[in-house]
Amino acid sequence: MSESALTTRGLNKSFGSLVVAADIELTLPPGVRYALIGPNGAGKTTLINLITGMLQPDAGRISLGEEDITALPPEQRVRRGLVRTYQINSLFAHLTALESVTLVVCERRRVAQIWWRQLTAYRDEIDEAYDILRALTLGPVCHRLTRELAYGQQRLLEIALALATRPKVLLLDEPAAGVPREESRELFAAIAGLSQDITVLFIEHDMDLVFRFASRVIVMVGGRVLLEGTPHEIAADPRVRAVYLGKTRQEAVP
Amino acid sequence: MSTQTTAGPVRHLQAQFRWGWSEIAFWLATLLPLVLTPSYLVLASQIAITALFALSLDLILGFSGIVSLGHAAYFGIGAYTAGLLSTRGWGDPFLGLAAGALTAGLFGYVTSFVVARFRHLALIMITLGIGLVVQEAANSAGWLTGGFDGLQGIHTLPIFGKFRFDLYGYTAYCYSLAGLFLVFLVARRLIHSPFGLALRGIRENTARMPAIGAPVHAHIQTVYTIAAVIAGIAGAMLAQTTETVSLEALGFQRSADVLVMLILGGTGRLYGGLIGAAVYMVARDQFSGLNPQYWYFWIGLLLIAVVMLLPNGLLGGLSLLARRARTAP
Repeated sequence: MSESALTTRGLNKSFGSLVVAADIELTLPPGVRYALIGPNGAGKTTLINLITGMLQPDAGRISLGEEDITALPPEQRVRRGLVRTYQINSLFAHLTALESVTLVVCERRRVAQIWWRQLTAYRDEIDEAYDILRALTLGPVCHRLTRELAYGQQRLLEIALALATRPKVLLLDEPAAGVPREESRELFAAIAGLSQDITVLFIEHDMDLVFRFASRVIVMVGGRVLLEGTPHEIAADPRVRAVYLGKTRQEAVP
Repeated sequence: MSTQTTAGPVRHLQAQFRWGWSEIAFWLATLLPLVLTPSYLVLASQIAITALFALSLDLILGFSGIVSLGHAAYFGIGAYTAGLLSTRGWGDPFLGLAAGALTAGLFGYVTSFVVARFRHLALIMITLGIGLVVQEAANSAGWLTGGFDGLQGIHTLPIFGKFRFDLYGYTAYCYSLAGLFLVFLVARRLIHSPFGLALRGIRENTARMPAIGAPVHAHIQTVYTIAAVIAGIAGAMLAQTTETVSLEALGFQRSADVLVMLILGGTGRLYGGLIGAAVYMVARDQFSGLNPQYWYFWIGLLLIAVVMLLPNGLLGGLSLLARRARTAP
């Protein structure tokens, strides 16, 4: 077995009789860009919740690198480099963008429990936070309160928070949800520009973006992985056309 | 290059943390009772102590979103510790303060394991329960605490062996005010620290914190313990300056009162508890003079009015006025 950044084995989860994850087996090598696609209710967000520990699986195993992390609480997984963003903005409304990212850097560097020194003594942390914001074009607005930022900027801040944890594996739940098309391209350009050491898995409905930015695609239907392959293999697969593309066409009809 | 480009962000934060004129004016004003109302120094001393207690609650409620209805437990433990030491002949004020801080902090640390695991209504009930348990424990341990009659025979020794606690409350006020100010400095530093930032993160979005790798429970335990220490110091000061401790020191009424004061003054602003305590105690003094039986009626009315009209408390209203005045031509 070759090197894997993230591995799941026999992952299962049901809510009562509703199966939301069935025998999920994933092996994500380091540095690969994965798109996770599938119709609504396929269990994509649930899978992210399971992998990051927001939900406990009924059965199965999750490993980050060599380490079994199935029993670890979410914050411990983050500290080991398994990080997510949220489909619906989950930010700190009354912190500025800079404060938010600085907080994450402080947590990563284990100085967030220090209450006897002033924050401004932590220049390196603040600098690093500022650099992350600038790289995502948020430098000029870094002193604005999060709630005063434009929606697209808030989406970028979501990613900035995740990057500030120095992730090894980054799970992006519809990073461009609600963002106008032109802006979502910029946003994905920022994602594509991430270090090649980071394994990225993103949920996305826009097939153009999927084909442009993913090197591999995972298709989920009804809590199961239908198949995994390169974008071309996925596009050519008749089952995907039937299940996924067929479904979207239905959805398009009111 | 990096320092040059990022001097801006750091300087911006530094400017936010700097002492403002209104802050300096506030602390200068706390000296006024010494010259303007020397006959009210006993009240002023109790206001300073209550303000310290309210500051302690603000750290957990205003800065971390932990609602407590049992905060008097820690205040009372500090008060009984200092009082008991004094009745056993250990009447040195600083020793009493340290011991009160220690016992309250220990109890705060132990209870923090439970407190950190709950939010919202469950948390209110748990803190209420802690308060009731401590109150009844003190009540039933009459051999130690004096039970319903309170602790008798407290005698606080002069500060530095020199400044006795006089009848007019001159020493008491200086002592309480100095204590309030010093602890305030610590609290101010705390909220401007990395930890203070983490607390604001917890208040803003607790659910998001684990996703950035933050140990929420550990943070809450730390702030809860620190708040308990401060409450214990306030309690010890009350015991020392009034030379009495009764069950009222750790009763539900005190927990509720301090919550009301903080909300009146404005939560999450450090000064809210101080202003709230002053307004509340002066109002109680005045209203209970007018109408000793029904003064809570007026407090109730005041509370309703403030919460309806000034959701961020008196201080929130003041800063709104200040901003309007600045933008007005």
